[in-house]
Parts: sequence; structure tokens; C-alpha cells
Amino acid sequence: MTKLREFPIKGKYGKYGGKYIPETLVPAINELEEAYEKIKNDSDFKKELDYYLQNYAGRPTPLFLAKNLTDYVGGAKIFLKREDLLHGGAHKTNNCLGQCLLAKRMGKKRIIAETGAGQHGVGTAMAAAVLGLKAEIYMGSTDIERQKLNLFRMELLGAKIHSVDSGTKTLKDAINEALRDWITNVKDTYYLIGSVVGPHPYPMIVRDFQSVIGEEIKYQIKNFTKRSPHALICCVGGGSNAMGTFFPFLDEKNVSLYGVEAGGQGVRTGKHSATLKEGSEGILHGMRTYLLQDEFGQINDTHSISAGLDYPGVGPQHVQLKDMERAEYVTCNDNEALDAFFKLSKLEGIIAALESCHAVSYAMKLARKMKKDENIIVTLSGRGDKDIDQVMKHKKKYISR
Amino acid sequence: MQNNRIEKTFFQLKAKKQKGLICYIMGGYPNPIACESIISSIVDGGADIIEIGIPFSDPIADGPVIQEASFRALQKGVTPQICLNLIRKTRKRYPDLPIVIMTYSNILQKNGFKQFMEMAKEAGTDGFILPDMTIDESKKYLEYSKNLELASIFLVAPNTSNLRIKKTLAVSTGFVYVVSVFGTTGMRNSFSKYTLTAIKNIKKLSSNKKNISIGFGISTPHHVKLMSNYGADAVIVGSAIIKKIDGNKDGSMIELQNNLTNYVKSLKAACTN
Repeated sequence: MTKLREFPIKGKYGKYGGKYIPETLVPAINELEEAYEKIKNDSDFKKELDYYLQNYAGRPTPLFLAKNLTDYVGGAKIFLKREDLLHGGAHKTNNCLGQCLLAKRMGKKRIIAETGAGQHGVGTAMAAAVLGLKAEIYMGSTDIERQKLNLFRMELLGAKIHSVDSGTKTLKDAINEALRDWITNVKDTYYLIGSVVGPHPYPMIVRDFQSVIGEEIKYQIKNFTKRSPHALICCVGGGSNAMGTFFPFLDEKNVSLYGVEAGGQGVRTGKHSATLKEGSEGILHGMRTYLLQDEFGQINDTHSISAGLDYPGVGPQHVQLKDMERAEYVTCNDNEALDAFFKLSKLEGIIAALESCHAVSYAMKLARKMKKDENIIVTLSGRGDKDIDQVMKHKKKYISR
Repeated sequence: MQNNRIEKTFFQLKAKKQKGLICYIMGGYPNPIACESIISSIVDGGADIIEIGIPFSDPIADGPVIQEASFRALQKGVTPQICLNLIRKTRKRYPDLPIVIMTYSNILQKNGFKQFMEMAKEAGTDGFILPDMTIDESKKYLEYSKNLELASIFLVAPNTSNLRIKKTLAVSTGFVYVVSVFGTTGMRNSFSKYTLTAIKNIKKLSSNKKNISIGFGISTPHHVKLMSNYGADAVIVGSAIIKKIDGNKDGSMIELQNNLTNYVKSLKAACTN
């Protein structure tokens, strides 16, 4: 049987993935694929990337046993993989450094990227700055309004921001606009996509650069126990921190994998971003995947308290994992994520991103049902500073307790 | 060979030593009834082939004018079915007019490619242009196109390699859509030398076996002449027509129809001599 780690095969994860792109991008995508194949096993490239990951970004990030949270829940041990401590404040930096180095190898000087919450934009701006590249970031005008702090951070880091006013003015429209830029400036521009989405080879490249998360977990857990973790839990928007965590464990069938999508105001209200749970097969942004769409194939508006999960598609490899029942995809509502945000802050002194709190919330549910000698690892994909404004609106309900 | 309307049209054009004029409109835009009249004015002006866009929420290959038209059409509730009805009516009125659909893959995918293409065929469609469908992903799409005798019109870009152009020519039917510029749809003031080089190259590689149509950025009789001189068999005009419709906000429908007919006439005249 084919091992799951061998996918993509010919650019596909089962029937998902592929290259559904305007013809102008085909040469660029092929050039990227060739360049990536070359550097993938190049020890000089690996050395250079490792150098930046360690000395610039601060890898490895710790694996922390959240003892207070574990005691509070009263079940399986909960470990936190602290991507929130990475330079930039989120796992995004792993991918941005990797792809910026790749762009440099390819001789591209201009980097474009899309951003939703702004974390990928910040990561791109940082990596571009340190590596001497020019970054231009596309961001929906609605997201700019919600994430002013990150907008200013990107500007501080020297990036040029393009406000996107088309469509729903959020992440998907920022991707559309970045793709249009790429079609126009394909010769000298590198498109740095921020998640495991888009046409092949992007889902693979982003996954590979994020797999450092899972690889570190593999050896770090050995400081605590001899066996592999029982469960890995990550939030899923496009799904890059989840894929980076899951990938090294895909063929270890005794490790359960859980992806937590944004249930928003509740899946039944229609105001959510639970693509895997509620979506259906479709074609968008260069890939065949699951989408939140209406009966005519128009892409739906999504909702989540966390802008980083607010995306109507999902990485194609996640759809394969869902179809094969290798991973289970669940949802967590806005309120549950907020609840986890406050609990984690008080119990462990960690202010985590609302995105990551979706995973924490589900971990608490799952741990309760598991034995005390079992282990759960939650990837804390980012820190929560960016969410403070959003959370303050809800503080009365929690702080007065 | 000349059974199908597109091939027949190109055959007749060549006999008359004319270039073809392909006009794009957004289905159901600015509203379904006005859209019917708009098609008539364009055909009256001398359009040889009509391209009907089915609006999609995320049109990545389109520039601002068509993006905005898609967005507004969707806001007004235009569905793929409304567009197919428009095709049905147009087909009734113009039995020999080639009509192709331009839209994005997900519109077909949602119904199932096969089912959607069957419905489109039944409504009187002659073929499809899907700017996000690559030859690499087209196995089933090609199979259904062939079975239903629908033209599969692929795009070729200025940076497409010769090997890939040959592969694209081999699977394209009806015509091949040559993208004139690096960029999205929308009007351009001028064209660079690379456009000329690309057209000449494709023309050479096709050895006159395929109909070469040039689109993106074309809006004036001068452009039409330019592309014809470069060797195009037909030109495609889209955003410029939408822009004329947008510019008519306060004017009467009759005025718009006259404007469009005259505009199309001026383009067609440039195809003729």
C-alpha cells in the first residue's frame, strides 16, 4: 500500500490538488516545481534554512507540558507545541523563511503574498527584510480594518500593502488579487503562498517547510515518554500548522490526528468556516479541494472570530486525510475558542491566538475522555496579542468570574 | 468538419477573406432582459461569435471591469441557469450563431462537468472557454466535450513553451484563445512586441490547421487591424463592451443598443479590409 507520506503523486492527493490555473502561470508553476525539486535534498539549502530557523527565528520551539490545564481538565496529559514563541509570533515564519530562500535561489527579487489576519503578511515581511527581498502584501480591506496592528507591523518591516476591495474584501479576495498580480508580473515575481493551498506544488512546499513542527515533536516527546503521542490536535483554516504537525506522523497509525475548524457562531447558523465538515468538492485558487459554496458553485462568505481561520477552502491533503479517515475534523465555535483563550491565559500564563484556541478547546474536550497516562499534543500556532482588541469585547463575561 | 457552427463560421470568414469578431458579454448583465437586447445589438453590429460569461464569485483571470460586472450580476441573483436560458433564447433567434460559454471550472464542477455540459449543449451552446482549466487537468472535460460535440477552447499565453503550444493545439477545437498580454482581462492602450512574436509563433506552429483568436486588452478598430496583420483569424473584445454598458447608467436602452451596434460595426469594419 502507498504510504501517506508519499503523496502528492503527480501533484495529487488522491483526486484532490492538481493545477487549475490560468495558462500564464503554468511556466511559473513549473519553474517553481523544478527549483523546489533541486533544493529539496540540497544540503547547502538545508543548512542555510536551518541557520535562519535557529538563529533568527528561534527554533526549536519548546514542547511544554501544560500541567495546570491538564489538572484542571482531569484526563490525558496536554502538551503544547509552542509555535507562538517563534519569531513573528506564529508558525508562519517557518514557511516564509523557506520560501524566501527558495525565491532567492530562483533569482526572484520581488515577493508577493496574501494575508488574512496579517500573520502571514508579517512573516513574509520579516523574511523578506532579513533576506534582502522586496515584499508586497495583499490584504482585504475588511481584514485591514480588523487587524490594524498587523498592518502597521508589516509597514514597519518595509513591506508595501495593497488593500483589496473586491468581492468579500477578505482572505480569498486577497489571494485572487495576488494571483492577478502574479499573472501580470510573472517574470520577476515570486508568489509566497501562506498555507497548504493553491496549485501544486504549493501545498507540498508549504507542508514540507512546516513539517519542522512535527519533526521536533517526534524527538521532544521522548523527554517525557517512550511512546508516540496518542493524539495531535491543531486548528485548520487552510491547514498549514496542522499539516506541518501531522505530516511526520501520517504513517504512524497509532497516533490519532484531529483538525479543528472554526464553527463560528455555530455550524447550523451558516456563519462558520468549517470547510471540511460542511463543504463540498470544488475548484478554487488552483486546486481541487473542499469549498464552502452555494448550490451554484459560488464561494460563500465565511465567518470566524479568528481571521486566520476565515477561509472558504482547505488544503487538498486534508481532504484526502478526511476521505481516508486518517484524520478526524471537528469544529469549535467562537464562544468555545474564547473560553479556551481565557482559561489558557489564567491557568498557564499563555495568551494564545484565537485560531490556536480552537485546538485548545477541543483538546480539553478530548482529554476528559482519555486516560491520565495518555498524551495529547496541541500545536499553539500563534500568540494572541493580535486578538486583544477582539477579546476585550467579550471580557466582561470572563474576567468577572 | 464544418457541421459545427464555429468551424462553419471560420470557414465562411476565410472564404470572404475576413477576420472574425468575437464579442463577450456577461450573462444576465446588467439584467437578464437588457442582456437579451444587448446580444441582439452586438449581433446586428456584425459579431461573428458570441461569448457569454457566467458570473463567478472569484474570477482570477479577470481585470476590474469584468470582476465588477460578475460581482453585480451575482448580487442581482444571476445564476448559471439564467445564463443557459439566455443562450436558449439567443439560439432560437440566431440558429447559426456560434455561442460559447466563458466561465470558471467550479461552475461546471458544482453540477458535475458532464451534467453541466449536457445542459449547456441542450440550451444551444457550442463550446466552453475555462481560463482556469489547464490541458493537464482536462482528461474528463475533453472526453465530455468530444462526446457532446462541444468545442474545448484552451488558452495560450505569451510565455507558453512551444512544446506546450503544440499539445494545446492538439486538444483545442473550435478555436485557440491566445492571451495577448501578461495580465488579466481589460483594455490596454498599446501592445508590446512580445504579443506580435507570440501570435506569429503560434500561427506557425498551428500550420493553419487551427483558428487563432486573440483576446485580452483589445478595444479599438486599430487594435483589431494590428492583430489581424499579426496573423490572427479572429479577435475577442470583452471588457470594452462591458464598459460601454456600464457607461450607459442614465441613458436609454435604445441609445445603448445604438451605441453598441455602431461600436461593433466599427470593429467589424476593421476585420473586413
